[in-house]
Order: sequence, then C-alpha cells, then structure tokens
Amino acid sequence: MAYSEKVMDHFRHPRNVGEIENPDGVGKVGNPTCGDIMELYIKVEDEVIVDAKFQTFGCGAAIATSSMVTEMVKGKKIDEALTISNAMVAEALGGLPSQKMHCSVLAEEALRGAIDDYHKRKG
Amino acid sequence: MGRIYLDNNATTPVRPEVAEAIMGMLKGCYGNPSTLYCIGQEAHTALERARDIMAGIIGADRDEIIFTSGGTESDNLAVFGVARAQRKKGNHIITTKIEHHAVLNPCKALEKEGWEVTYLPVDGQGLVDPDAVGGAITEKTVLISVMSANNEVGTIQPIAEIGKIAKSRKITFHSDAVQSFGKMPTRVDELGVDLLSTSAHKIYGPKGVGFLYVRKGTKIMPVLYGGHQERSLRPGTENVPGIVGFGRAAELLDSEREGEEARLTSMRDRLWAGIKERVPHVRLHGHPTKRLAGTLNIAFEFVEGESLILGLDEYEICVASGSACTSDVLEPSHVLSAMGIPPEGAHGTLRISLGRENTDSDVDKLLEVLPKTVENLRSFSPLYKDFLRQQKAAGGGR
Repeated sequence: MAYSEKVMDHFRHPRNVGEIENPDGVGKVGNPTCGDIMELYIKVEDEVIVDAKFQTFGCGAAIATSSMVTEMVKGKKIDEALTISNAMVAEALGGLPSQKMHCSVLAEEALRGAIDDYHKRKG
Repeated sequence: MGRIYLDNNATTPVRPEVAEAIMGMLKGCYGNPSTLYCIGQEAHTALERARDIMAGIIGADRDEIIFTSGGTESDNLAVFGVARAQRKKGNHIITTKIEHHAVLNPCKALEKEGWEVTYLPVDGQGLVDPDAVGGAITEKTVLISVMSANNEVGTIQPIAEIGKIAKSRKITFHSDAVQSFGKMPTRVDELGVDLLSTSAHKIYGPKGVGFLYVRKGTKIMPVLYGGHQERSLRPGTENVPGIVGFGRAAELLDSEREGEEARLTSMRDRLWAGIKERVPHVRLHGHPTKRLAGTLNIAFEFVEGESLILGLDEYEICVASGSACTSDVLEPSHVLSAMGIPPEGAHGTLRISLGRENTDSDVDKLLEVLPKTVENLRSFSPLYKDFLRQQKAAGGGR
C-alpha cells in the first residue's frame, strides 16, 4: 500500500484545519471504534459555502480526504457542493488505495451531514 | 540525517559478517549438499556446521534441527505435521489468542477439517496462565502451541511451566520462538518443548530461512513430500547460502546476547521514561518486566497509529503500528483485543522495537520528534478536543 504524492501533501500540510465559531452547518461522522472520526464545519452566505474547516482523528487517508473535501467545497454553492462524491475526492487526491476508499466515503458523508445540518438550522 | 530503523520485530538488517558468509557461499560453493564429489561435500560441511551451531545454542542434537524457509513454514510444519501424525489419538489442539497468524491460521484451517481448537485467553499484560493450559487438556488433545514471546507487545510466556504440564500429560508441545530465539536463553530441555520455530531474519540473518527443532521421538509427519533432505521432514535441496548466513547470525548474536539484552533493555526503558515525561495520555501495553528487551508497545490516546507512523516517517524514523503483518488490515490487532484493550485504545498504538544497530542518539532523536508529531495530530483530533472540553467542564463544576 502506498499513498500518492497528493495524499502525502495533504497529510503533511492539511488545509483548513480547525473549528468555525458559530458555523452554519456541522457534519460529524465515524466513531472511535472503527478508527476514523471526521467533523466538518461550514459557513454559508447566500447559499454559497464561504468557509470550511475540519477536525479529524484517523489515518493518513482520512486526514487527506478531510483536507481535500474542505478545499473542494469552498466557494461552491450548496447545490454544487452536494454533487461532490467520494470518488471525486479520491480522484482529486490522485487516487486512494482500495482499502482506504472508505475514508473518501466518510468525507462525502461528513459534507452531506454538514449541508443537512445547514438546511435544518435554516428551517 | 540518517534513517532510524526502530522496527526490529518486523525484520532486522542483515549484519555485514552474515552478508559476507552468504556471498562466500553464493560465489564459491554452489554444490548440492546431497552429492558426493568435493563441491557437494563442501556445501554439506557448511550446512552441517550451521546445524551444529543451532543445536549448540538450543541444547539439542544436530539431527533435531530441521531447516525450513522460515517462521511461517516452521509453524505450519509443527501444527499440520503433528495433526496428521496424531489424528488417531485425537483431534484437539490448545493454543492462545495471541499467537502469530502462522499458528492461528493453520489452526483455523484444521477446524474446517473437523479439528477442535481451544484458543486460550491472556491477561491484561498479555500473559497466558499455565493452569488454564492444564485445564484445557482433554483426552483428545494432541498438541499445545504457545509462543515464547509476543511479536506485538513483547510479553514473554511461561514456557517452562507449560512444558512441565505438557510433559506430565504426554502431549506434544510446540513453541513459536521466532521473536525470542537468539535474544533470550533458549534451551529446549529447560523449556520442555518438543517443537520450536525460529527465523533468521529476526536476528540479523537473511529472509527465507529458519528451522524447526523436532525432539527425537516426536510424532510428526511432513507437509511437503520429495527427497530425503532434512530427515524427509522438509524435502527439497537446502537453501545452503541462507542456512550458512543464519548459522553465522545465530553464532554472533549468541556470543553477545547477554550484553546486548542489557543494552537494549536500558535503551528501551529510557525511551519509555522519556516518552511518559514528554507526552501526556500514553499507555504501555504488555508486561512491565517479562518483556522482550527491545520492545515497546505504546498507545497514544486521541491519535491514530497510521498517521503517527507517516508523521514519524517524515523524519526518516521507521516504526510499526500494531503489527507489521496486519498493517494492511483495518481491524485492530488481535493481540491487543485479547488483552482487553478496546478498539479505540488499540488504534493509536505504536510498536517500537530496538535492535543492535540502534544507539542512544536514536533514542534522543525519537524523544525529540515524537512529542511534536503527537501534539500536531492531537491539535486537530476531535477526540482530543472533546476530552479537553470534558476536562474543562469537570474542572469548572468543582
């Protein structure tokens, strides 16, 4: 098993690390038993995701996919962000080892969770 | 800055004297040891000299040493070989939950063929209870297999005590000594073992060679069939260069064993003391004292093991998470699970295993780099954030 350069780059220098104060949506997925937890925070203005941050407990791929998904959603409209799939996250990272694809699924679920939460908060 | 290799339980660098011995055989001694002319006999002599070295180290007779392709083959030969030879006596095997997969998976394969296997539990420090071994014996038991020292946590098992029980009940006793051979005193009569597996690449020898000690009179059948080599228990032209290298590695390590054991233990203990001092929320897995000299298995709470390994790799430091053999597997280690460590506690585990090339400066380097690597990963771990909040809330409530 080997990670792509892109994965290693996002692992070494994760983008958008941290929490957003008063976020407009939060997605929390995973659990400590399976070894991965992702928390994704979004700030939304006029249906556009203006900021995204994450906190992740997990392997190199989990950290890299979290970092990549925050990069991909920033500046996107909510509708556009919903079209981001786990395969797109993995592809943007130059691919993931097959046994690590579940990390990209987690990233997609965290994103959807954050958007659902945004819709709920909006009412 | 040079690479720092701290994964000696996975494999070890071949020492120069061993490489030289192997190269000498490859270049100048190609004869088949089963042939009668001079170059065949030269190979035969070299092979038998290696056999004598092994027999001397473990206190066995030379014809009780069966060279194999390594630890896995030795374990397979022990388990399947005894099962086949003693099937008429019974169909029950006793082993433990923390064995290497080279013992566990042959046992699982036998279960599919109608065998019954008892997988004994271990305590929180990874120790097997000899009384539990005795208690598990039935009239159908034909084999007891307990490893000498665990590869992941380093816990050293009470092999001699189990050996006495096995002997008194006349049951064949096998021990996988891949991690302990050469590193600890390994005398087959003191241990009371009938079968003992070893491997060259854990003691600065080449990969692809090991031996199974087979006590005279042990009922065992081959797994491979072919020529007469290795008393027909392991046919096939012997890996003469590898075996000669194994012999040289074992001979050298045996001559320096006591000093090296003390040196590794002191480095290991300094490392653990330093980590405890510099990194909060760490836990040592395994027995505090009955543990392999170079082995440290440590849980770093709130971080995940693989990301720690990748983080340390940035500084050219090589360590393992859980067990190297299972690092492609996502489930937490079967050894840590058997010790009662919950999955969330097992995920953030590093195995650091020291060897003869490691020095005090390697320990210093790790102590410099590890705290900041853990701190960095914790800085964006949601588990750590939750922990800090809970702590704050608890403190504020007082």
